[in-house]
This record gives sequence, C-alpha cells and structure tokens, in this order.
Amino acid sequence: MRALIAWIAMALLLLGSQGALAQSAAPQLVPDVSQRSVEIKFSFTGAELLLFGAILYPNGRLPEEPADIIVVLKGPSQSITLREKQKIAGIWVNADSINFRSAPTFYAVASSRPIDKLVDERTAAIYELGLNKLQLSPASLSNTQEIDRFAAGLNDLNKRAGLYVEEPGSVEITDGVLYRARLPLSARVVTGTYTAETFLVQNGRVLAAAVREIEVHKSGFERLIGVFAQEHGAIYGLVAIVIAVSMGLFAGLVAGRVSAVLG
Amino acid sequence: MDIYLPIANLSVNALVIIGLGGVVGLLSGMFGVGGGFLTTPLLIFYGIPPTVAAASSATQVMGASVSSVVSHLARKTVDVRMGAVMVVGGMIGAGIGTIIFRLLTRLGQIDTAIALLYVAMLGSIGLLMAHEAIRALIMARRGVRPPARKRRHHPLVAALPLRWRFYPSGLYISPLAPLLLGIFSGILTMLMGVGGGFVLVPAMIYILGMATQPVIGTSLFQILFVTMVTTMAHSLTTHAVDLVLAFLLLIGSVTGAQIGGRISMSVRPEYLRVLLALIVLVVAIRMALGLGWRPDEIYTVALQ
Repeated sequence: MRALIAWIAMALLLLGSQGALAQSAAPQLVPDVSQRSVEIKFSFTGAELLLFGAILYPNGRLPEEPADIIVVLKGPSQSITLREKQKIAGIWVNADSINFRSAPTFYAVASSRPIDKLVDERTAAIYELGLNKLQLSPASLSNTQEIDRFAAGLNDLNKRAGLYVEEPGSVEITDGVLYRARLPLSARVVTGTYTAETFLVQNGRVLAAAVREIEVHKSGFERLIGVFAQEHGAIYGLVAIVIAVSMGLFAGLVAGRVSAVLG
Repeated sequence: MDIYLPIANLSVNALVIIGLGGVVGLLSGMFGVGGGFLTTPLLIFYGIPPTVAAASSATQVMGASVSSVVSHLARKTVDVRMGAVMVVGGMIGAGIGTIIFRLLTRLGQIDTAIALLYVAMLGSIGLLMAHEAIRALIMARRGVRPPARKRRHHPLVAALPLRWRFYPSGLYISPLAPLLLGIFSGILTMLMGVGGGFVLVPAMIYILGMATQPVIGTSLFQILFVTMVTTMAHSLTTHAVDLVLAFLLLIGSVTGAQIGGRISMSVRPEYLRVLLALIVLVVAIRMALGLGWRPDEIYTVALQ
C-alpha cells in the first residue's frame, strides 16, 4: 500500500515536472500571411500567398536538431457528391457515386521536408497533414477500399484543377528561426474563410501550432453578379434579356447604317 | 486577356470567347440558324461547366437572332400567328425542360444526356441536310431545276382536332401541331442551349408543310422568344447564366452575324447548305467520339 502511494506520488511529480518542463521549453510560433484578404476581381487569375513567420525557442537557444515546419492552407469545406464514370455499353457515363460531408474546396500543404519523414501516420491523420490524410467524412456506407478509390479520385481531380496542392520541401527555414512558404491559390477557388495553419514539428511530434485566417471574397461587380444570380433570379434574367436584345439591335442598327452608307 | 467569369467561377481568355462568339455569329448570319448548337459544345470543350455553357449560350442565341427577327418582321416574312403558337409551346417546353434538367442533374446524368441528345439530334438532322443539299447541288450542276416538292403536311397533322387558318404559311391546320413542335424545341433549348432552328426549319417544311418563304423568319421569331423564356428559367432555377460569359459571346456573335449575313448574299445557297450540313455532322461526330473516348476526368464533383 505504501509502495503504491509512493509510486503514485512519484508519477504525479514526474508528470508535473514534465509539464512544467514542456511549458518552459515549448517553442512558440509567430506566423503571418502576406494577405489577410484576397479579392476576386474581373482580372483574377489566381494568387500566390506567402506564409511566413518566426520560431521562438525558449531562451533563444536553437535546439541541436533543427525543427521542421509544415504549413497548410485550407478552404471552406463542402458537402459533395463525387461521381465516377465507367464505360457502359461503349460510352462513359456516371455510374458510381459517394457522398463526402466535409471535402475542403481548397487544400494546399507545404513542408520543409517530405511529410512522411516528419511525422508518423497517426499524427498526420490527427492534424490532416497531407492530401491522403483529409477527413472527408464519407456519408454513404461503403467499404474502405471504395472510399479510398474515391478519395484518390477527388485528390487527382482537384490537383489538376490546382485546388489541391502538395509541395513537400518548399518551406524555407532561415537560420533555424525564420520560415517562409509560397502557396498558389487557383482561380477556381470559392469564396469564404480560409485558414493558414503552421505546425512546428520535431522528432515526429507537433510542438506548436498557430492559425491565421484569410478571407477570400468577390468584390464589387463580381460580388454583385454572384448575389443577384443567386438571390434575385428574376431581375438577373431580365437584365440578361435586356442586354442581349439591346446588343443585338444595336449591332443590327450599326450594320444597317454602314450598309446604307456603303450602298 | 484573362477575365474572371463570376458564375462559372473560373477565368478565361476573353479574346478566345469573343472569337468563338464571332465564328458562331458568322455561321448564324450565313445560314440563318441561331448557332447555339455550336456554342454549347465549344464552350464545354473549352472547360466551361456544361450547365453554365447551355444557359449562357441560350442568352447569346437570343442576342444573335434579334436583329434578324426585326428585319424579317419589317419584310413581313414572319407568320406571327404560327410563331405565337410555337412560342406558347416553347414556354411549356421550357417548363418541362426545367423539370427534366433537375431530374437528370439529381441523377448525375445531365452531361451524358446533353451529349447523347447532341449526337442524336445533330447526327440525324445533319445527315438529312447533307442528303438534301448534295442532291440539290448535283441537280444545279447538271442544270436541272429540282422538281417542285409537293407541299403537304404530314398525315398525323391532319388527324389533330381543331383547325386554324395560318395565312402567311398557306395552311389550314390544327394549332396543336405547331404547339407540339414548339414544346419539343422548348425542351431542346432548355437542355442543349440551342435555339432549335435546325430542328424547327425542317420540321416546319416537312411536317407542317409550310410555304418556304415565312419559314426562316417564323423560326427565328420563335427562337427569340423561347431563348428569352429559357434565359429566365435558367436564371430562376439553375442560376447558371453567366452574364460576363454571355456578354463576351454576344460581342463576337452580333458582329459576326452581320458579316455572315453579308456573305450569305454572295454565296450560292446550295453550297451554303452543304457546308452547314458538314459542320453539323462534324460537331455530332466529335460529340460521339467524346462519349466513347476515355474522358480526362473520370470523377466529377457536385454540390449537395
């Protein structure tokens, strides 16, 4: 009994000291992004975001083994239906489908070294580090093999559209304390609140994490059109009709004038 | 020159779209068709989502046909009564088309359905036109005047109840016949983004047995109003009309249409018809191949 109490006491003491140690020894991240808001204008062809910041080690002392940085830029999640085409009777038609309740519309990850060299599978899954670690929450009851096949399909599709980006090794760390990474934002991105997460990783563990938010929004004319198309369909339709008809009439009128002059 | 399309949610080269509109406008001016059957597939090949392509191309067809309708009205080559009946049919058709569109979208088969419709419609009409046009061409070469076709409507048309007089068309038939025709073209407009001129014109000649003179004008009249209705229907239901895209297409097509109209006056109609038939067939074949080829994207995302 006494032995047990002594053991518990020792364990508590150890835990406490470890906690205190971790607190004093935990490095901190001071992250920032080049733009807190991205405007989608008529000339928008995509953007490049710079994610940068500093690693603050306790007492300003660099650890012997340099830590690594992983940055993740994530767009709002959507509930989607992913359809798969198969060749049936000679033509390609949508045959199979799956519902994902939380598929990010945009996901870009960059790291100072390949992610599989930095953390193990479990840690990567917890922090959603890497395209194959996205938590898509499949809604339909399918077997894992099928879910994996669809997830791979979604990744491939969005990679080619520039919506899913993986850039291992592209985070630069200067003197062990300053890091920066550039991530491309495709022109096809949706509007909403994006999060830029930075993770400090050492010995397979995430030591610190920090988040910054980025607003992606349409501005002025583009916003107006989007809002009108969605919420005032009747007015929008009328405007489209008036524009089309008047342009057609105008062209006819000009051509008539021209031919009258020529003729 | 890149421009962001706010509804399609992607950026495109404005000059390519204007050029595309121009080519379509040129053809529509030359042949007196709306040209939607070219716009929708070309936009899809360019990477515009099929729904946005179909909706915006309906808007473009409207703009491209309006000045021709005005000049046909001025020349009194429109059977307004016939046109009005077909417009009413077109509205009903657009309504039915909306329901079909929704259903197919929910099933995930709208893209395949649009492609299949294109292959079937353009393939059959293209073959018909090619056959007709080449025969006419050979006869013209030989210096033989083609025998005047006996103008009569299809026996089924005569079987329909109720009869109205359509003076400019020289017909005394049931209004249900043009109404049904209008419904059919309304459905096509909603699904394919076409005006339906390439279906209406032969149908008016061969099924209704109309006098040839008011055919083109009446078909354009119906196209103008039905594309208006479908633009409205798309705005209210699919929200897929992209004003910027339609505007760019219109810049090209309204100018192209005027130039095309000029060209059509100096080229023999037999050649024009052969050319149109060939273009229609090429689009049909391309769409058919597209169905059989392994697509670039096996997976597609739809929002819930």
